[in-house]
Amino acid sequence: MSKEPENNCAGGPHGLSRRGFISSVSAGAAASTALREANAASFQVIEAVGTVLPIQLKINGITRKIQVEPRWSLLFVIREVLGLTGTKIGCERGECGACTVLIDGKPRYACMTLAVEAQGQEITTLEGLMDGENLGPVQQAFVEEDAFQCGFCTPGQIMAVEGLLRRNASPTMEEVRVGLSGNLCRCAAYQHIFSAATRAAERKKKGGMA
Amino acid sequence: MNLSAENALYYVTGEAAFVDDMPEPSRLLHGLVVTSAEAHARIRSFDLEAARRLPGVAAVLSSRDIPGHNQMGPVIRDELCLAEQEVTFAGQAVFLIAAETMELCRQAAAEIRVEYEPLPAILSLEQAMEAQSLLGPPRTMCRGDAEAGLRAAAHRISGTLRTGAQEHWYLETQVCLCVPGEGREMTVYSSTQHPSETQALAAGVLGISRNEVAVEVKRLGGGFGGKETQANHTACWTALLSRATGRPVKIRLNRDQDMIMTGKRHRFRIGYSAGFDSDGLLQAVRFDFHSDGGAASDLSFAIMERAMLHADNAYFVPNMEIRASVWKTNLPSNTAMRGFGGPQAMAAIETILDRIARHLGKDPLEVRKRNFYRHAPGNVTHYGQTVVEPPLSEMADRLAASSDYHTRRRAAADFNACHEFFRKGIALTPVKFGISFTTTFLNQAGALVLIYADGTVAVNHGGTEMGQGLNAKIQAIAAAGFGLPAGQIKVNATSTSRVPNTSPTAASSGSDLNGMAVRNAIETLKQRIAEAMPAVFADRFGGEKSSAEDIVFEGGCIQDRRRPGCSVPFSEAMREMNLRQVSLAASGFYRTPDIGWDKARGWGKPFHYYVYTMAVSEVLLDLLTGEARLLRVDILHEGGRSIEPGIDRGQIEGGFLQGVGWCTTEEIKWDEGGRLLTHSPDTYKIPTSGDVPPVFHVELLEGRPNPGTVHGSKAIGEPPFMLGLSAWLAIKDAISATAGHREEPDFDLPATGEAILLSLQRLKPGR
Repeated sequence: MSKEPENNCAGGPHGLSRRGFISSVSAGAAASTALREANAASFQVIEAVGTVLPIQLKINGITRKIQVEPRWSLLFVIREVLGLTGTKIGCERGECGACTVLIDGKPRYACMTLAVEAQGQEITTLEGLMDGENLGPVQQAFVEEDAFQCGFCTPGQIMAVEGLLRRNASPTMEEVRVGLSGNLCRCAAYQHIFSAATRAAERKKKGGMA
Repeated sequence: MNLSAENALYYVTGEAAFVDDMPEPSRLLHGLVVTSAEAHARIRSFDLEAARRLPGVAAVLSSRDIPGHNQMGPVIRDELCLAEQEVTFAGQAVFLIAAETMELCRQAAAEIRVEYEPLPAILSLEQAMEAQSLLGPPRTMCRGDAEAGLRAAAHRISGTLRTGAQEHWYLETQVCLCVPGEGREMTVYSSTQHPSETQALAAGVLGISRNEVAVEVKRLGGGFGGKETQANHTACWTALLSRATGRPVKIRLNRDQDMIMTGKRHRFRIGYSAGFDSDGLLQAVRFDFHSDGGAASDLSFAIMERAMLHADNAYFVPNMEIRASVWKTNLPSNTAMRGFGGPQAMAAIETILDRIARHLGKDPLEVRKRNFYRHAPGNVTHYGQTVVEPPLSEMADRLAASSDYHTRRRAAADFNACHEFFRKGIALTPVKFGISFTTTFLNQAGALVLIYADGTVAVNHGGTEMGQGLNAKIQAIAAAGFGLPAGQIKVNATSTSRVPNTSPTAASSGSDLNGMAVRNAIETLKQRIAEAMPAVFADRFGGEKSSAEDIVFEGGCIQDRRRPGCSVPFSEAMREMNLRQVSLAASGFYRTPDIGWDKARGWGKPFHYYVYTMAVSEVLLDLLTGEARLLRVDILHEGGRSIEPGIDRGQIEGGFLQGVGWCTTEEIKWDEGGRLLTHSPDTYKIPTSGDVPPVFHVELLEGRPNPGTVHGSKAIGEPPFMLGLSAWLAIKDAISATAGHREEPDFDLPATGEAILLSLQRLKPGR
């Protein structure tokens, strides 16, 4: 049996479907006693397969109380438990970048991060870059520069650019290339993605939006 | 911005749903394909009972459980859906499992007992040739007398070129979701380039008719040919599990499974001989094409045919003979990939041109220009099609000037003279690519255009959106047709329920064919509306009666061009049409005219037209590490009148870089047991952001509208791929520079760092 949780495994241990689980979370059905112990969940506790831990994940500004197996990746939890399907599955081995999210503002591969590791940190997915009903500056720049073709790597590319610009507001072209070197695009829309990164940097400076 | 605002928004907000992102139906099961680890073996026995008994496992299927035909060969019926008595490649599907979770699928797989008796496997072209393991009869295509031409020529060269396989590496792996309906109905959500074939094959394995299967395709996360036939496989497996359980089932191959199980671009081994005069003018060329078809035919013969039809590339070869064989090996069946045999053939003819230049001590561009298709009789291909007004020489001159080709070649020579560990190389290569399916009947498309009474329009067509911008182009065509803003047009998901018997979205033909079908449907609707509008105008404005010929669709209104002020907004007019009982749905159909191809004779006009494109690449080669870096690339592309120049630019840049990947870093390796070693991005290297040339110019040649296509446009998807050969030959130029261009380097494709170092090694004096 593989150590990584299997991507397709939609329900949790209770056979809940992706959407079923969301509705139960929003209905406040998650066990509240377990939540108090959330902080006690730590990585050194090796649980048997199928054993779930209650944890809290702060995703896109909202704290979610969920139950996870210690071995589940953040990618699995984001997509299959929380139903945020903007984050994509590309290779599940930390090479392609389709699953890139921000953890405390830094781009990270969600496939290489355990959900339990991400407790207490700010997680941002593509859905969290929206500025209310409007596109965030990086999203807007991707539209304006036609910075995608098939669109499958796009969420990861946008998160990588967002992460780059948060640590370097005015990257040089070389810094953009390096900053995006962990994200593959088989359509090879790279040049347009570089242009979008540059345009997004300008937008952010002008608009002052985070 | 070239994509419609609406569509583009979905892509950057994460709303754009790929199959794996779709809301999951209740009671969904997950599917797993259990594959063979043996390249060739007899299945002595198997036991599925323990796996079937596991709680949460809904079905475990073998070939015995297929209700219909155990067959998914797309053209030739030689590909089993599930192995029967024998497995013929490692990665072949043998059993299917459906369970509540993927975890349970895995547990069930571990419970399956199979006893294999290994058989000798054929894993290389050489082994296949020795064993005479052909997939089908060899083919020959010729014009003139190559033998006599070679004998008579003042100079002759010959050699062998090997080109490597290539993995498609679409970011979205193969995926399918099936939902069973009433009775035998099945809805199939697939990431397929060929919905109609997916429908036909799924119906076939289920033993039901096509009208009981609906295939729907919203978008693909990349296809590149890899989902032209081989998306069918995942769809067939998913459909079988869904039928067996009566529940929705999803199969998504993970990256490693996808790479191990699916076919690749065909490896080729090409023997060549060329005869030419002292000016480098070709007299005769003979090719022996050998391709590795893998374990089944798939599209191998069509791919080989396109290779044969591109053996000339942009050059007139008066005497040409091509012998072609597709070999059967114990590897996954190789399949379509961008270029479809064209790249392999062009690598060969470009090698010849490159060698002629070195042999004669001439500039390769001069030799190429001398051999370009020109005026009659030098404008007829070896298969009889006339190359109408080829712009090759003008393009080469223009590109050489805009890219400072000659200056930079001199500068590279100077650089090479004074550097010990680095060499620069430059090459300009052209592409002439034929547009049309060479399987002539496929050159057809259908569309269904619907206008609703509120004036909004829904367009249905047979093509699939996979990143090539097809739907944006279709939307632009429909918007122009109705004189409406793009936002009023919606392009629906492709569905076999709305447009039947469609051709694959392949051969770069998606917008040519579907765009014309959509346009024809729109013309039908406009005609119908124009005939009904005079009565509307008479009721509203009185006066003289309008005539249908004067009705125009412009600026969101329908108007009489002879009567200013006689104008009704499109939306109001459509409400009127509805009230007046005018049908607002029309189908459109298109078939490419004036093409004809006699396959048996290898003669005719297989292509509607040609696309021409050229690139100059400059590389810097590190002689100590074998690393080659692209310094600058200039592309000049002749693509008719572009419907969406932004999209076309993206296709050119992306296609070029994908071609560079095939030529350089992308290397597929199998172990001695025929198991794929390079089955993940750890070991298989596609181009990354660091591989984009720092200077990258793309120019679209304007002022050449293409007669007989929608809006004078030309196909765009495949031709730029082969521009990657310019980077490959620039590397060869840099290697050759280490021996003063006096010796022919050993040089195959891909030119990985390892291959480059070996080539340099062999050039060293006293090796």
